[in-house]
Amino acid sequence: MGSITLKQITKSFGATEVIQPLDLEISDGEFVVFVGPSGCGKSTLLRLIAGLEDVTSGMIEINGVDATQTPPAKRGLAMVFQSYALYPHMSVRKNIAFPLKMAKLPLQDRDAKVEAAAAVLNLTDYLDRRPGQLSGGQRQRVAIGRAIVREPDAFLFDEPLSNLDAALRVNMRLEISELHQTLKTTMIYVTHDQVEAMTMADKIVVLQAGRIEQVGSPLELYHKPANQFVAGFIGSPKMNFVTGAHAQQHGAETIGFRPEHIAISQSGGTFNGIVGVSEHLGSDTFLRVNVEGMDSITVRADGEVALRHGDSVSLTPAPDKIYRFDKSGNAL
Amino acid sequence: MATTHSRVAARFMLSPAVLLLLAWMIVPLSMTIYFSFLRYNLLNPAIDAWAGWSNYEYFLTDPAFFAALTNTLLLVGGVLLITIIGGTLLALLLDQPIWGQGIVRILVLAPFFVMPTVSALVWKNMFMNPVNGLFAHAAKALGLQPFDFLAHAPLFSIILIVAWQWLPFAALILLTALQSMDQEQMDASEMDGAGPFSRFFYLVLPHLSRAITVVVLIQTIFLLSIFAEILVTTNGGPGYASTNITYLVYAQSLLQFDVGGGSAGGIIAVILANIVAIFLMRMIGKNLEA
Repeated sequence: MGSITLKQITKSFGATEVIQPLDLEISDGEFVVFVGPSGCGKSTLLRLIAGLEDVTSGMIEINGVDATQTPPAKRGLAMVFQSYALYPHMSVRKNIAFPLKMAKLPLQDRDAKVEAAAAVLNLTDYLDRRPGQLSGGQRQRVAIGRAIVREPDAFLFDEPLSNLDAALRVNMRLEISELHQTLKTTMIYVTHDQVEAMTMADKIVVLQAGRIEQVGSPLELYHKPANQFVAGFIGSPKMNFVTGAHAQQHGAETIGFRPEHIAISQSGGTFNGIVGVSEHLGSDTFLRVNVEGMDSITVRADGEVALRHGDSVSLTPAPDKIYRFDKSGNAL
Repeated sequence: MATTHSRVAARFMLSPAVLLLLAWMIVPLSMTIYFSFLRYNLLNPAIDAWAGWSNYEYFLTDPAFFAALTNTLLLVGGVLLITIIGGTLLALLLDQPIWGQGIVRILVLAPFFVMPTVSALVWKNMFMNPVNGLFAHAAKALGLQPFDFLAHAPLFSIILIVAWQWLPFAALILLTALQSMDQEQMDASEMDGAGPFSRFFYLVLPHLSRAITVVVLIQTIFLLSIFAEILVTTNGGPGYASTNITYLVYAQSLLQFDVGGGSAGGIIAVILANIVAIFLMRMIGKNLEA
């Protein structure tokens, strides 16, 4: 149980329409990631599903029942906030037990559930501390603990990792993915980080300016982007876009090719240029090549490449990995 | 202020201010202590003999003293109770997005800017007067007997007047605390199924505890020395029904011209204020620790 259906929902703040009419189907047990640049409406969409904001029009169905007017607590959803939103004057135990207390569960049941959640999240030793005495990762786990004790139909995550440092973020990413494998509950996850989206999602929803640009599995989006925005947003480093004569050769307004699909040679390639910056990561080398008459092209080469600033190179995109876009940016 | 050199310089530059403040406090205090041990009456300038502890003995055994002590505590406690509860409710109300919020906030704040003498006189003559007062008119309109507030419930009336003056202060401090409440916490509690009352008692009230502590401490300092409101309304009467320690000291030294006794009363008031302060810090001081 945990399917959510959005039917033609919109949201306006005053005259500004933040969410344009939008349909979306989320089936039970899916890990769905809403991704998009800041201000694209992804957090608003999550808050609409949670019930923390009212929809301007349209309908939200949870488990096949219209929940548009249902108050947040009755929707069977649990949310983890960006700031964790822990109650600062309560111990970890009381924080996790709070939703159970509000549901008027007997004390023994409450304690048992809190202990169980704490065991899953490695929080047992910290149950009597205050949130202020915990590290960022531990606070994050308390917030997740507060969500799982409610045994919700779906979890909502609002950029939960953006306050953590890079190493911890990778860890927590794995922990959340593992949690999803264990609980098999629907999860909706909002992020602006496409790496998080690619690594965690069953289904990615790419949003821009309150509109869904594309819905699909991570590899679908990577291999078959519906338009130039999705092509540029998914993948790291970003896809290279070329307009003009080169694009017209392929019968398109713009062509795109990914940094990892470019062959490097001494001469005789499609584009000739000079290496501007080369970033050696050990496993890979990212080269930014300045080509005369167009934007620089990013190339992903293997870690052993010895090219440096000022070297001249010739680049050839793999012919079967070239994406073509029309004037309005749609894929051809 | 890291190096020894800069610390020494800082101390040196602070010293004039510290010395001035110290003198400001020490001179009046030691003079009061000195007077409290003298037989010093303005009607009898010839006598200024050493009195020993007799001034204190006289003041403490005066039946008026215990009446005044009770009144002081009732006054402070009553006003604190009204202003904290009323102020919290008012702050909750003012925090709502309402039309004309700016003007409403100024109106609520206004009583704090009226000087105590004036507001007490306004209450005495325009509201509580049993013949011309607004309350009397209201009672008559309902066919009831007008109530003579200052004659029959003098202390309660003064509590009411003082609470009216201090309510805006409490509301203002609590409103600013309320506005620093984390919105995501409120959202989280809404998701957790907490209704408005649970949210108030489990989240808002703990968040306000520090602000409430500040209000209690500041108000207590000022409420222990309420004087003007009593002087212009009841003159401490009827009997000693609305006399507090401050007013008793005034009566002793300026109505009975007994400077020695008044000084002894003043010192006793200082000691009592310190006892109250110690109790307060014990009870609620931990709220101020971060």
